[in-house]
Amino acid sequence: MDFPTFFQHLSNGISLGSLYALIAVGYTMVYGILRLINFAHGDIFMMAMYFAFFSITLFHLPWYIAIVVVILITSVLGMLIEAAAYRPLRDAPKTSVLISAIGVSFLLENLATYIFSGKPKSFPEFTYMTSTVQFGPVSVQRVSLLTPVVTLAALAILLYIINRTKLGMAMRAVSKDYETARVMGIKINRVIAATFAIGSGLAAIGAIMWGVKYIRIEPMMGVMPGLKCFIAAVIGGIGNPVGAVLGGFILGMGEVLLVAFISQLTGWRDAFAFVALILVLLIRPTGIMGEKTTEKV
Amino acid sequence: MKKILAVLLCMTLSVGLLAGCGSKAATTGTAAADDVIKIGVFEPLTGGSAAGGELEVEGIKLANQMHPEVLGKKVELIIVDNKSDKAESATAVSRLIDQGVVSIIGSWGSGYSIAAGDVIKKAEITAVGTSCTNMMVTKGNDWYFRVCFIDPFQGKIMANYAFTRLGAKTAAIIQEVSNDYSVGLASYFKDEFIRLTGDANSIVEIANYNTGDSDFSGILTNVKAKNPDVIFAPGNFTESAQVVKQGKKLGITAPFIGGDTWETGEFIDVGGADVEGAVFSTFLFDEQAPLNDKAAKFIEEYKKVYPDKTIAAVTALGYDSYIFTLDAIERAGSTDPVAIQKAMASTAGFEGITGTFDITADGDADKDIAAIKEVKNGEFVFKETITLK
Repeated sequence: MDFPTFFQHLSNGISLGSLYALIAVGYTMVYGILRLINFAHGDIFMMAMYFAFFSITLFHLPWYIAIVVVILITSVLGMLIEAAAYRPLRDAPKTSVLISAIGVSFLLENLATYIFSGKPKSFPEFTYMTSTVQFGPVSVQRVSLLTPVVTLAALAILLYIINRTKLGMAMRAVSKDYETARVMGIKINRVIAATFAIGSGLAAIGAIMWGVKYIRIEPMMGVMPGLKCFIAAVIGGIGNPVGAVLGGFILGMGEVLLVAFISQLTGWRDAFAFVALILVLLIRPTGIMGEKTTEKV
Repeated sequence: MKKILAVLLCMTLSVGLLAGCGSKAATTGTAAADDVIKIGVFEPLTGGSAAGGELEVEGIKLANQMHPEVLGKKVELIIVDNKSDKAESATAVSRLIDQGVVSIIGSWGSGYSIAAGDVIKKAEITAVGTSCTNMMVTKGNDWYFRVCFIDPFQGKIMANYAFTRLGAKTAAIIQEVSNDYSVGLASYFKDEFIRLTGDANSIVEIANYNTGDSDFSGILTNVKAKNPDVIFAPGNFTESAQVVKQGKKLGITAPFIGGDTWETGEFIDVGGADVEGAVFSTFLFDEQAPLNDKAAKFIEEYKKVYPDKTIAAVTALGYDSYIFTLDAIERAGSTDPVAIQKAMASTAGFEGITGTFDITADGDADKDIAAIKEVKNGEFVFKETITLK
């Protein structure tokens, strides 16, 4: 393999990985606080893409307003899901909440099929963002250059919120032990709602980038990215935002490099992600950055 | 509180009773309607292939409007959705059979047709494929027929096009590995291209992807590094459009060519300016040059319903498969499945709007002409026809 080809693969991997990272953060935040794998997260990502599609094609919002509107609507959707499907089960066994999450996932997929029709739609093309920049023989789309920057910026803001603000302190407290946090006067429902809002907002950013880059939108498209990003979160150490971003990059890069070096296996790249999940769970269940936690009673 | 509950319970029960009556009335209604002949249609109406299914249903419905009767009875279409899913296809066909259809039409997408094939064979009911071109649809199944050409032929057509018209000496293949149609077509293309060039290494790369994938940058980078003269990328229209689009973004200049599935509006919607110049083989149907009076009549009727739409070849195949079914029932003189099967198998010189054909021993239409179309200014433009014996 010559150098230009290698760098082309590398840039593809970084761009895919940073998209995974944005979505993986949402998984990891919810898990960190509720010990819940929010299987509806991939479908929230899908809904965000439809919101973006309709706000631009139907309501003709300029893109800079559309982005804000889509992030807000998606955050509200995340909070609504939490209030309707998870909050009533706050004191129920963890399995019930997990099943509720799977239910929400199916509900969103079928709702989207019903409302938006099962036919794929194509995202309005931002020619500036999709046009390419040449670095010698390597060509990279502008959106692919932007994605890692946005991902890292989002991570920095998130870390600031978690470590430096009152809300973040409350989040950390709830994640350690929400019973005690409640006793200490923290309004845990509000903290959890905020967590869902932030996670869904990041999924919305990811969705817009994804839409600009890959164009196609359909109701089932949240499933595979959702599962992949869940894997990314596990690889990084679920519950840890930095780990999720790292996991996203590792998974995206790994997939592309698998295609690059063992091109006969390209049909197996999804399988590769799941094999990675099994290996991580077997060898290092806490992931790269996860802390060992003792099971709480 | 208890009283309210009791009242509610009473109401629910009585409503249930009434509903029971209602459904009973409905069953007697259909049983009495012996003068209706039901023809089942299974097509992808939701999911990844929905756009293709919709085009075919358009043609089938229009055919039904134009020819609503056979054997002096009214024909009723029962259309079910196979959800672009192989497992759902078998279920969809079972549902049709339960509803007492005398014959079945469908489906866009060979994979769905193959998946339904076993149910059709076991139920011993005839089925007519619209645009499912894979060999396995009719092979070993006496009950499945089709009105379109088959992939060994289509693969040869595109290999010939690449070799003679484009002057290609090397080719890369990008195939949708979970799609029977794509893999089948790609392998016929490969065999013929190697035969034409006489060079076993003329296929420089075979790259795989899965249905529903969004990111093709990895495989396309590999293809670009091999620098082929032409890229053959048959597959579902949305994925294919993304392949072409991302290929162009990576700076690939070699032409992308494909198969009949590309001819759906979504291919252009998703691909935009990047699919300009994409060339593919498809079924013979050109609305500017109807093959016969029937075709002219069909075009006229179609334009009444959809004045602004260009007629897709698969829509015409939808029409042909319906007329083919009606013709067989007419010749069988009854709705007995065995009689219909015999009539279909012995079809000779059937004049459809996509060409005149006989049915071969395998149950295929012996078509030897394909159309080549190109994307130009956001539309599918008829380029030429290629005949291969």
